[in-house]
Amino acid sequence: MNPVLLIDFGSTYTKLTAVDIDRESILGTSQAYSTVQTDINDGLQEGLKLLEEQTGPTVYNETYACSSAAGGLRMITSGLVPDLTSKAAKMASLGAGAKMLNVYSFELTEEDIEEIRNADPDIILLVGGTDGGNQECIIHNSKMLAALPKKYPIIIAGNRTAAKQCAEHLEGFETFVSENVMPALGTLNVKPAQDRIRDLFLRRIVQAKGLSRTAELLTGIIMPTPAAVLQAMELLARGCEGEEGIGELIAVDVGGATTDVYSIAAGLPANDATFYKGLPEPYAKRTVEGDIGMRYSIHGIVEAAGDMRICQLSGLPSERIEELADRLSKNPDIVSNGDEELEALDYALASMAIETAVARHAGTIEETYTIMGKTYIQEGKDLRDVSRVILTGGSLIHTKRTAEIASHALYSVSNPMSLRPVAADIRIDRNYIVAAMGLLSTHYPEIALRIMKKELENNGREK
Amino acid sequence: MSKKKLVIGVIGADVHAVGNKILYHAFTEAGFETINLGVMVSQEEFIDAAIESDADAILISSLYGQGELDCRGMREKCDEAGLKDIILFVGGNIVIGKQSFEDVEKRFIDMGFDRVFPPGTSPETAIEALNAMFSAGEGE
Repeated sequence: MNPVLLIDFGSTYTKLTAVDIDRESILGTSQAYSTVQTDINDGLQEGLKLLEEQTGPTVYNETYACSSAAGGLRMITSGLVPDLTSKAAKMASLGAGAKMLNVYSFELTEEDIEEIRNADPDIILLVGGTDGGNQECIIHNSKMLAALPKKYPIIIAGNRTAAKQCAEHLEGFETFVSENVMPALGTLNVKPAQDRIRDLFLRRIVQAKGLSRTAELLTGIIMPTPAAVLQAMELLARGCEGEEGIGELIAVDVGGATTDVYSIAAGLPANDATFYKGLPEPYAKRTVEGDIGMRYSIHGIVEAAGDMRICQLSGLPSERIEELADRLSKNPDIVSNGDEELEALDYALASMAIETAVARHAGTIEETYTIMGKTYIQEGKDLRDVSRVILTGGSLIHTKRTAEIASHALYSVSNPMSLRPVAADIRIDRNYIVAAMGLLSTHYPEIALRIMKKELENNGREK
Repeated sequence: MSKKKLVIGVIGADVHAVGNKILYHAFTEAGFETINLGVMVSQEEFIDAAIESDADAILISSLYGQGELDCRGMREKCDEAGLKDIILFVGGNIVIGKQSFEDVEKRFIDMGFDRVFPPGTSPETAIEALNAMFSAGEGE
């Protein structure tokens, strides 16, 4: 036996997964309530105790962790044009597992600086201009940011000609010059900036978030939890040497406060009559809907989906939904636990959370007539041919009719412009192992992939 | 001196891709840094591209006769976006029907375009016009 421990420090729960590398199997999973306010170690010790009840006394040869505790990796980006470098900076940050506090475009104002000061981010990503392109904006913004009283780490990933000057204006700050996120118009280059973000997360953020106390316990890598999930999903889709992947997929993580969507797919136009518009999107793409969540952001779901659809799906009258929504948003730890009314509401909420978040993540298509006859304009990814949807996330562990809920990720005739999967095989990550497998995959990709495939095959249930 | 930068593309619901590719090669060959937005380009996309890349000129093609409608307000939007005095060229089958080119040219000049080119213009003509404007210090 070669046991490895994988830890996910969440904002409310610390989740543990124990794996036997030799047998390629999961030894056990546990979760314990934890907050950074108390001590992240308490949650960990509690979780270890629960885990030991399943595994018996175990000495772990290796321990790895990911974290979204203390608000996760909180970032602000500043770019030039909203649809170009600003969007590229946002995509880079989300792909690195960040939580976006704000995305600024054009020249920063004094009010913006005040807002940034109040938001108190972990990292700022400063971009703008293609290489050889606009310099004024990024230089102006570096001067503005220099007025911030707190010396945040700032990654400079814009027009390379302006980088040095920006760094000079930001003297006293910890600055990192990285390759441009958009070196040429329409060319996305997010990887170098993302590597910087992850590196910074590891070196600085972890200490600031009170995780350093447990650091001596860890063998290696720490990454933001969403980055671990993205890594796991990419491995599951693409495969690795020695083990085949399952092909293009979408994953949805419905949380209490936000809903994350991941797509590992090219999503290119399906035929010659379709023209692609806008920035190309990364093959492994993550989006976060900050207003869509099962508890803290419950009102956001109702607002986005409309009162009527929630009534329809839950069978509850509008007034009652409002009452319950108020109660649940104030008491986010309430679970339906057999209460029929709450179960019905959770079903409607989760369905609409998935529908809204996936529709925002997926591309859209628009029909137009030209001299060539009927043509289409596509923006974003065409996910209609993606045939697998993975559902993960703690808040769906208690729901019933989970597969039915997940089917709301699919293409719908009522919204034909939204390029969501037409038909998909739905898999549920019941034991919440996906993030753990992302961590494991850094050193054991083949084993992580096989465990994931096995686990998702049975939707996390025993055979 | 660094290369002059051009943003080119075919405006509106126009899918004529061949001429666009020829222009891209001709302009690149002539020593310009050419950013090609391809076909079915909106005014906003031309402008966004010019801002981000700090372009010296925008060259709009239109071959399906709707050019006048598609180009309306382009200069004003450029001004609004801070692209003051950027060089604007337009060319192709920019209007429908038998109209005298002089009339058409005047209308587009009034709309704020610096040069207007009739159907059948060779890329060299546009290149010469660009070089003339750049050496006169326009588009700075």
